[in-house]
Amino acid sequence: MSDIRWYKFSSPQTFYPLAGTLAPWFGVAAALFAGYGLYISFFLAPTDFQQGEAYRIIFIHVPAAWMSMFLYLIMAGWAAIGLAWHTRLSSMMAVAIAPTGALMTFIALWTGALWGKPMWGAWWVWDARLTSELILLFLYLGFMFLHAAIDDPRRADRAAAVIAIVGAINVPIIYFSVKWWNTLHQGASVSLTRSPTMASTMLWGMLIMSIAFWLYAIAVVLIRVRCVILERERNADWVKQLGADA
Amino acid sequence: MNWESLTAFIEMGGYGTYVWGSFAVTIVCFALEVVGLSVRHQHVLHERNAHHHEEST
Repeated sequence: MSDIRWYKFSSPQTFYPLAGTLAPWFGVAAALFAGYGLYISFFLAPTDFQQGEAYRIIFIHVPAAWMSMFLYLIMAGWAAIGLAWHTRLSSMMAVAIAPTGALMTFIALWTGALWGKPMWGAWWVWDARLTSELILLFLYLGFMFLHAAIDDPRRADRAAAVIAIVGAINVPIIYFSVKWWNTLHQGASVSLTRSPTMASTMLWGMLIMSIAFWLYAIAVVLIRVRCVILERERNADWVKQLGADA
Repeated sequence: MNWESLTAFIEMGGYGTYVWGSFAVTIVCFALEVVGLSVRHQHVLHERNAHHHEEST
Protein backbone atom coordinates (compact mmCIF):
# COMPACT_ATOMS: atom_id res chain seq x y z
CA MET A 1 0.00 0.00 0.00
CA SER A 2 2.78 2.41 0.88
CA ASP A 3 4.00 2.14 -2.70
CA ILE A 4 0.92 3.94 -3.95
CA ARG A 5 1.56 7.63 -3.70
CA TRP A 6 -1.99 8.82 -3.07
CA TYR A 7 -0.92 12.43 -2.63
CA LYS A 8 0.11 12.36 -6.27
CA PHE A 9 -3.57 12.39 -7.21
CA SER A 10 -4.18 15.50 -5.15
CA SER A 11 -2.57 17.55 -7.89
CA PRO A 12 -5.11 18.83 -10.45
CA GLN A 13 -2.68 17.99 -13.24
CA THR A 14 -2.63 14.27 -12.37
CA PHE A 15 -6.26 14.09 -11.38
CA TYR A 16 -7.51 15.60 -14.65
CA PRO A 17 -6.67 12.60 -16.87
CA LEU A 18 -7.57 10.12 -14.11
CA ALA A 19 -11.05 11.65 -13.79
CA GLY A 20 -11.37 11.56 -17.56
CA THR A 21 -10.60 7.84 -17.59
CA LEU A 22 -12.93 6.99 -14.70
CA ALA A 23 -15.99 9.09 -15.63
CA PRO A 24 -17.20 7.00 -18.62
CA TRP A 25 -17.01 3.78 -16.58
CA PHE A 26 -19.14 5.25 -13.84
CA GLY A 27 -21.51 6.60 -16.50
CA VAL A 28 -21.95 3.20 -18.13
CA ALA A 29 -22.38 1.47 -14.77
CA ALA A 30 -24.97 4.10 -13.79
CA ALA A 31 -26.93 3.44 -17.00
CA LEU A 32 -26.89 -0.34 -16.41
CA PHE A 33 -28.06 -0.01 -12.81
CA ALA A 34 -30.71 2.54 -13.83
CA GLY A 35 -32.00 0.19 -16.53
CA TYR A 36 -32.29 -2.69 -14.09
CA GLY A 37 -33.70 -0.40 -11.39
CA LEU A 38 -36.38 0.94 -13.72
CA TYR A 39 -37.29 -2.60 -14.75
CA ILE A 40 -37.80 -3.52 -11.08
CA SER A 41 -39.65 -0.23 -10.44
CA PHE A 42 -42.26 -0.79 -13.12
CA PHE A 43 -42.38 -4.51 -13.89
CA LEU A 44 -41.34 -6.48 -10.83
CA ALA A 45 -42.46 -4.35 -7.90
CA PRO A 46 -46.10 -5.05 -7.03
CA THR A 47 -48.85 -2.44 -6.69
CA ASP A 48 -48.95 -0.98 -3.18
CA PHE A 49 -52.11 -1.95 -1.33
CA GLN A 50 -52.52 1.53 0.17
CA GLN A 51 -51.08 3.91 -2.38
CA GLY A 52 -51.78 2.07 -5.63
CA GLU A 53 -49.32 2.87 -8.42
CA ALA A 54 -48.48 6.35 -7.07
CA TYR A 55 -45.94 4.85 -4.66
CA ARG A 56 -43.65 4.06 -7.64
CA ILE A 57 -42.37 7.62 -7.28
CA ILE A 58 -40.42 6.25 -4.30
CA PHE A 59 -37.91 4.67 -6.69
CA ILE A 60 -36.54 8.10 -7.59
CA HIS A 61 -37.72 10.17 -4.65
CA VAL A 62 -35.80 8.29 -1.96
CA PRO A 63 -32.53 7.88 -3.93
CA ALA A 64 -32.61 11.60 -4.86
CA ALA A 65 -33.30 12.61 -1.26
CA TRP A 66 -30.50 10.38 0.06
CA MET A 67 -28.07 11.75 -2.54
CA SER A 68 -29.04 15.34 -1.71
CA MET A 69 -27.89 14.72 1.88
CA PHE A 70 -24.84 12.54 1.12
CA LEU A 71 -23.54 14.95 -1.50
CA TYR A 72 -23.91 17.86 0.89
CA LEU A 73 -21.81 16.13 3.54
CA ILE A 74 -19.17 15.14 0.98
CA MET A 75 -19.15 18.69 -0.41
CA ALA A 76 -18.77 20.15 3.09
CA GLY A 77 -16.02 17.61 3.84
CA TRP A 78 -13.98 18.58 0.75
CA ALA A 79 -14.59 22.27 1.43
CA ALA A 80 -13.35 21.83 5.02
CA ILE A 81 -10.22 19.98 3.88
CA GLY A 82 -9.56 22.73 1.33
CA LEU A 83 -10.04 25.36 4.03
CA ALA A 84 -7.77 23.63 6.55
CA TRP A 85 -4.93 22.45 4.31
CA HIS A 86 -5.21 24.82 1.34
CA THR A 87 -5.39 21.89 -1.05
CA ARG A 88 -6.65 23.26 -4.36
CA LEU A 89 -8.19 20.06 -5.65
CA SER A 90 -10.31 19.57 -2.49
CA SER A 91 -11.96 22.96 -2.98
CA MET A 92 -12.48 22.21 -6.66
CA MET A 93 -14.22 18.96 -5.69
CA ALA A 94 -16.59 20.89 -3.42
CA VAL A 95 -17.37 23.31 -6.26
CA ALA A 96 -17.94 20.38 -8.65
CA ILE A 97 -20.33 18.61 -6.27
CA ALA A 98 -22.60 21.58 -5.47
CA PRO A 99 -24.66 21.75 -8.72
CA THR A 100 -25.33 17.99 -8.70
CA GLY A 101 -26.31 18.18 -5.03
CA ALA A 102 -28.67 21.05 -5.80
CA LEU A 103 -30.15 19.07 -8.68
CA MET A 104 -30.74 16.03 -6.46
CA THR A 105 -32.42 18.28 -3.89
CA PHE A 106 -34.64 19.78 -6.57
CA ILE A 107 -35.60 16.28 -7.80
CA ALA A 108 -36.39 15.17 -4.23
CA LEU A 109 -38.63 18.23 -3.77
CA TRP A 110 -40.25 17.93 -7.20
CA THR A 111 -41.05 14.22 -6.92
CA GLY A 112 -42.16 14.81 -3.34
CA ALA A 113 -44.66 17.42 -4.52
CA LEU A 114 -45.98 15.06 -7.20
CA TRP A 115 -46.34 12.34 -4.60
CA GLY A 116 -47.79 14.61 -1.93
CA LYS A 117 -50.58 15.92 -4.14
CA PRO A 118 -52.39 12.59 -4.67
CA MET A 119 -51.57 11.21 -1.20
CA TRP A 120 -51.90 14.23 1.09
CA GLY A 121 -53.98 16.45 -1.17
CA ALA A 122 -51.29 19.14 -1.17
CA TRP A 123 -48.25 19.86 -3.35
CA TRP A 124 -46.47 21.39 -0.43
CA VAL A 125 -46.83 21.66 3.34
CA TRP A 126 -44.55 23.59 5.68
CA ASP A 127 -43.63 20.62 7.80
CA ALA A 128 -40.18 19.92 9.23
CA ARG A 129 -39.00 17.40 6.64
CA LEU A 130 -40.04 19.44 3.61
CA THR A 131 -38.90 22.75 5.02
CA SER A 132 -35.45 21.47 6.02
CA GLU A 133 -35.01 19.92 2.57
CA LEU A 134 -35.92 23.28 1.00
CA ILE A 135 -33.30 24.93 3.23
CA LEU A 136 -30.81 22.38 1.87
CA LEU A 137 -31.56 23.62 -1.65
CA PHE A 138 -30.93 27.21 -0.52
CA LEU A 139 -27.64 26.15 1.12
CA TYR A 140 -26.45 24.59 -2.13
CA LEU A 141 -27.52 27.69 -4.09
CA GLY A 142 -25.96 29.98 -1.47
CA PHE A 143 -22.67 28.07 -1.76
CA MET A 144 -22.73 28.31 -5.56
CA PHE A 145 -23.73 31.98 -5.77
CA LEU A 146 -21.29 33.11 -3.11
CA HIS A 147 -18.49 31.23 -4.84
CA ALA A 148 -19.43 32.77 -8.19
CA ALA A 149 -19.66 36.25 -6.71
CA ILE A 150 -16.03 36.38 -5.55
CA ASP A 151 -13.52 36.88 -8.34
CA ASP A 152 -10.45 35.38 -6.69
CA PRO A 153 -11.10 31.60 -6.71
CA ARG A 154 -9.03 30.88 -3.60
CA ARG A 155 -10.90 33.53 -1.58
CA ALA A 156 -14.17 32.22 -3.02
CA ASP A 157 -13.21 28.71 -1.88
CA ARG A 158 -12.65 29.89 1.68
CA ALA A 159 -15.81 31.97 1.94
CA ALA A 160 -18.03 29.30 0.40
CA ALA A 161 -16.43 26.62 2.61
CA VAL A 162 -17.75 28.44 5.67
CA ILE A 163 -21.34 28.26 4.34
CA ALA A 164 -20.87 24.58 3.46
CA ILE A 165 -19.52 23.69 6.92
CA VAL A 166 -22.08 25.67 8.92
CA GLY A 167 -24.89 24.37 6.72
CA ALA A 168 -23.92 20.75 7.40
CA ILE A 169 -25.90 20.96 10.66
CA ASN A 170 -29.03 20.96 8.48
CA VAL A 171 -28.39 17.41 7.24
CA PRO A 172 -29.05 15.59 10.53
CA ILE A 173 -32.01 17.92 11.01
CA ILE A 174 -33.49 16.71 7.70
CA TYR A 175 -32.78 13.10 8.51
CA PHE A 176 -34.22 13.10 12.01
CA SER A 177 -37.00 15.61 11.32
CA VAL A 178 -39.56 12.83 10.95
CA LYS A 179 -38.67 11.59 14.45
CA TRP A 180 -38.20 14.91 16.24
CA TRP A 181 -41.33 16.61 15.00
CA ASN A 182 -44.82 15.52 14.15
CA THR A 183 -44.69 15.62 10.41
CA LEU A 184 -46.95 14.64 7.58
CA HIS A 185 -44.00 12.97 5.90
CA GLN A 186 -43.72 9.26 6.59
CA GLY A 187 -40.83 7.87 8.65
CA ALA A 188 -37.60 6.42 7.29
CA SER A 189 -38.21 3.77 4.62
CA VAL A 190 -35.06 1.88 5.49
CA SER A 191 -33.52 1.54 8.92
CA LEU A 192 -30.56 -0.44 10.20
CA THR A 193 -32.21 -1.16 13.51
CA ARG A 194 -35.41 -2.81 12.37
CA SER A 195 -36.59 -4.92 9.50
CA PRO A 196 -37.86 -3.04 6.45
CA THR A 197 -41.51 -2.10 6.38
CA MET A 198 -41.90 -2.70 2.68
CA ALA A 199 -41.98 -5.65 0.29
CA SER A 200 -38.50 -6.91 -0.51
CA THR A 201 -38.88 -6.26 -4.26
CA MET A 202 -39.69 -2.63 -3.51
CA LEU A 203 -36.69 -2.36 -1.20
CA TRP A 204 -34.46 -4.05 -3.74
CA GLY A 205 -35.61 -1.67 -6.50
CA MET A 206 -34.94 1.32 -4.29
CA LEU A 207 -31.44 0.13 -3.46
CA ILE A 208 -30.58 -0.58 -7.11
CA MET A 209 -31.84 2.88 -8.07
CA SER A 210 -29.80 4.40 -5.24
CA ILE A 211 -26.65 2.72 -6.58
CA ALA A 212 -27.52 4.10 -10.04
CA PHE A 213 -27.86 7.61 -8.56
CA TRP A 214 -24.53 7.24 -6.74
CA LEU A 215 -22.74 6.13 -9.91
CA TYR A 216 -24.38 8.91 -11.93
CA ALA A 217 -23.37 11.51 -9.35
CA ILE A 218 -19.76 10.27 -9.31
CA ALA A 219 -19.61 10.37 -13.13
CA VAL A 220 -20.95 13.92 -13.48
CA VAL A 221 -18.87 15.24 -10.59
CA LEU A 222 -15.73 13.82 -12.23
CA ILE A 223 -16.68 15.48 -15.52
CA ARG A 224 -17.45 18.78 -13.79
CA VAL A 225 -14.24 18.79 -11.77
CA ARG A 226 -12.36 18.44 -15.08
CA CYS A 227 -14.10 21.59 -16.31
CA VAL A 228 -13.30 23.41 -13.07
CA ILE A 229 -9.63 22.33 -13.25
CA LEU A 230 -9.32 23.60 -16.84
CA GLU A 231 -11.08 26.88 -16.06
CA ARG A 232 -8.83 27.59 -13.11
CA GLU A 233 -5.55 26.39 -14.52
CA ARG A 234 -5.99 27.63 -18.07
CA ASN A 235 -2.71 29.51 -17.93
CA ALA A 236 -0.69 26.56 -16.66
CA ASP A 237 1.72 24.99 -19.12
CA TRP A 238 0.25 21.50 -18.79
CA VAL A 239 -3.18 22.82 -19.80
CA LYS A 240 -1.73 24.61 -22.82
CA GLN A 241 -0.09 21.38 -23.90
CA LEU A 242 -3.32 19.33 -23.76
CA GLY A 243 -4.68 18.22 -27.13
CA ALA A 244 -7.86 19.75 -28.54
CA ASP A 245 -9.89 16.68 -27.60
CA ALA A 246 -8.45 16.22 -24.08
CA MET B 1 -46.12 -8.76 -14.91
CA ASN B 2 -48.08 -5.80 -13.60
CA TRP B 3 -49.73 -4.41 -16.71
CA GLU B 4 -52.53 -5.76 -18.84
CA SER B 5 -52.02 -3.25 -21.63
CA LEU B 6 -49.92 -0.30 -22.69
CA THR B 7 -52.80 2.01 -21.77
CA ALA B 8 -52.87 0.59 -18.26
CA PHE B 9 -49.12 1.15 -18.02
CA ILE B 10 -49.47 4.79 -19.10
CA GLU B 11 -52.43 5.44 -16.82
CA MET B 12 -50.65 4.04 -13.74
CA GLY B 13 -53.93 3.29 -12.01
CA GLY B 14 -55.04 6.92 -12.37
CA TYR B 15 -51.72 8.34 -11.10
CA GLY B 16 -50.08 8.63 -14.53
CA THR B 17 -49.55 12.40 -14.34
CA TYR B 18 -47.78 12.16 -11.00
CA VAL B 19 -45.68 9.08 -11.73
CA TRP B 20 -44.62 10.10 -15.25
CA GLY B 21 -44.26 13.73 -14.19
CA SER B 22 -41.72 12.55 -11.62
CA PHE B 23 -39.76 10.19 -13.83
CA ALA B 24 -39.78 12.44 -16.91
CA VAL B 25 -38.54 15.53 -15.07
CA THR B 26 -35.78 13.50 -13.37
CA ILE B 27 -34.58 12.08 -16.70
CA VAL B 28 -34.71 15.52 -18.35
CA CYS B 29 -32.69 17.02 -15.44
CA PHE B 30 -29.98 14.38 -15.78
CA ALA B 31 -29.89 14.70 -19.57
CA LEU B 32 -29.56 18.50 -19.36
CA GLU B 33 -26.80 18.20 -16.77
CA VAL B 34 -24.78 15.82 -18.95
CA VAL B 35 -25.28 17.88 -22.13
CA GLY B 36 -24.51 21.11 -20.28
CA LEU B 37 -21.26 19.68 -18.90
CA SER B 38 -20.19 18.42 -22.28
CA VAL B 39 -20.79 21.88 -23.80
CA ARG B 40 -18.92 23.50 -20.90
CA HIS B 41 -15.93 21.19 -21.34
CA GLN B 42 -15.73 21.84 -25.08
CA HIS B 43 -16.08 25.56 -24.45
CA VAL B 44 -13.20 25.65 -21.96
CA LEU B 45 -10.92 23.71 -24.26
CA HIS B 46 -11.87 25.94 -27.19
CA GLU B 47 -11.30 29.15 -25.20
CA ARG B 48 -7.92 27.90 -24.11
CA ASN B 49 -6.96 27.00 -27.69
CA ALA B 50 -8.08 30.42 -28.94
CA HIS B 51 -6.13 32.12 -26.15
CA HIS B 52 -3.07 30.01 -26.82
CA HIS B 53 -3.27 30.76 -30.52
CA GLU B 54 -3.48 34.50 -29.85
CA GLU B 55 -0.39 34.35 -27.67
CA SER B 56 1.68 32.47 -30.20
CA THR B 57 0.99 34.87 -33.08
